[in-house]
Amino acid sequence: MSLPQAVSELVRDGDTVALEGFTHLIPFAAGHEIIRQGRRDLTLVRMTPDLVYDQLIGAGCAKKLVFSWGGNPGVGSLHRMRDALATGWPVPLALEEHSHAGMANRYVAGASGLPFAVLRGYAGTDLPLHTDTISTVVCPFTGERLAAVKAINPDVTVIHAQRADRAGNVQIWGIVGVQKEAVLAARRSLVTVEEIVDELAPTPGAIVLPHWVVDAVVEVPRGAAPSYADGYYDRDNAAYRAWDKISRDRPAFQQWLAELREEAA
Amino acid sequence: MSGGPTTTSPTAGGSTPAAEPSWTADEMMSIAAARSLRDGQACFVGIGLPSTAANLARRLHAPNLVLIYESGTVDTRPDELPLSIGDGILAASALSVVSVPEIFNYWLQPGRIDVGFLSGAQIDRFGNINTTVIGEYDEPQVRLPGSGGAPEIAASCREVIVVMRHRTRAFVERVDFVTSVGHGSGPQDRAVLGLPGAGPVRVITDLGVLEPDPDTAELVLTALHHGIGVEQVHAETGLELDVSADLMITAAPSETELSTLRGMRTVGDPR
Repeated sequence: MSLPQAVSELVRDGDTVALEGFTHLIPFAAGHEIIRQGRRDLTLVRMTPDLVYDQLIGAGCAKKLVFSWGGNPGVGSLHRMRDALATGWPVPLALEEHSHAGMANRYVAGASGLPFAVLRGYAGTDLPLHTDTISTVVCPFTGERLAAVKAINPDVTVIHAQRADRAGNVQIWGIVGVQKEAVLAARRSLVTVEEIVDELAPTPGAIVLPHWVVDAVVEVPRGAAPSYADGYYDRDNAAYRAWDKISRDRPAFQQWLAELREEAA
Repeated sequence: MSGGPTTTSPTAGGSTPAAEPSWTADEMMSIAAARSLRDGQACFVGIGLPSTAANLARRLHAPNLVLIYESGTVDTRPDELPLSIGDGILAASALSVVSVPEIFNYWLQPGRIDVGFLSGAQIDRFGNINTTVIGEYDEPQVRLPGSGGAPEIAASCREVIVVMRHRTRAFVERVDFVTSVGHGSGPQDRAVLGLPGAGPVRVITDLGVLEPDPDTAELVLTALHHGIGVEQVHAETGLELDVSADLMITAAPSETELSTLRGMRTVGDPR
């Protein structure tokens, strides 16, 4: 299956979509294909929205962002996101904001088939005043008051991984973030990989998502660039720094967008 | 106060600013912050200023400092500074790499981490930290990145050290948004909220060191960096700041500290 075909079948207007990857293995190529196909009204979920979500937001694909840290790591702000929040350009953006621990546990609950997760978190912070998916629960055994967060079950989760075999079993190693939970929490899932191989060589510390929990696997070499794929290529820090200038300026961004749309996937 | 190799000394009479120092205020801040970490501690590291200081400490007096980043990299020993908390260099040099749910649920939440090393855009009298918005939440003047791991790092680490530049807009009476709780609104608040750790024990800036008063939990200026005057601190503080009766002076950077700091390169920077 091709990437355009997989995105066309699995990602629909109005969906709740999670593109996960914690600095490592960010599914940029799939995100760019979502932009090319002009998806609208998406609720975008991601712990650490960075460049790819700045791009999706700037392209007008999103109506809402569910997140816990939004920025260009080590560089600065996401200016397309700021513009959408401050001026509604190109479309208004709503926020649902959590902490990392809260978001991670929301995915764990989603993957576990539970309606919510429990954690020690948020106490005394201002986040629960603004986020209605944060509440409290009393432990039935000790009476302790704990934070409760609503499960996340995306319509579709998209991740990038190093390898898959021909049956569609997916192997990921290095910083594995929250990808396993995000795939297992989702109704549908799309995985792009660096390469499809005959046999998955066992790799220390690797996790494997079995083929029967993944809807589509597509080979997209360098599909995580300018983020990185452990064992394949390094993070392009210069590209992250260069994005700041493009992101700050609407015309520069629009030119970037026009060039992206002209590229074939 | 500090377990580092260079300690502070009491002020001898008036603080006479030294001649033009051969280091920057940021360098002094990173060095003072590095000195505050003890060898063998487990340290949950935020990106930016805390990461620089923690990696400096590991190269100086704390070779066995256990650095933990929220990307799930445990006991990582990068030979260059990461640009982000999930750079490949952190995974490649780590003793162990775990998932994000695991780092928060198994390692941070139960109180296994000695020190949380954080920064922020705003901090208030009680050490509460804001990294979410400047202004009103719904119509902010400045939208900041948000929480990341900080709220639970501030809650669950045994103690918290904050590293941030001393500016009037950053040191305020009340933060616009409580992203991470310091001491709430007084000395009892952490216990009432059920926060297991001790909270901020020290705020290290480019001008000096602030610590909470044991009785009120309000931040008090306890040390000035070498060559900095009290009036300079007041001018850069957006709240009425008490000065400790035992005001210390941070020792000037040593040659080794400076050369080590200056020798640290961020991944991808031009050589």
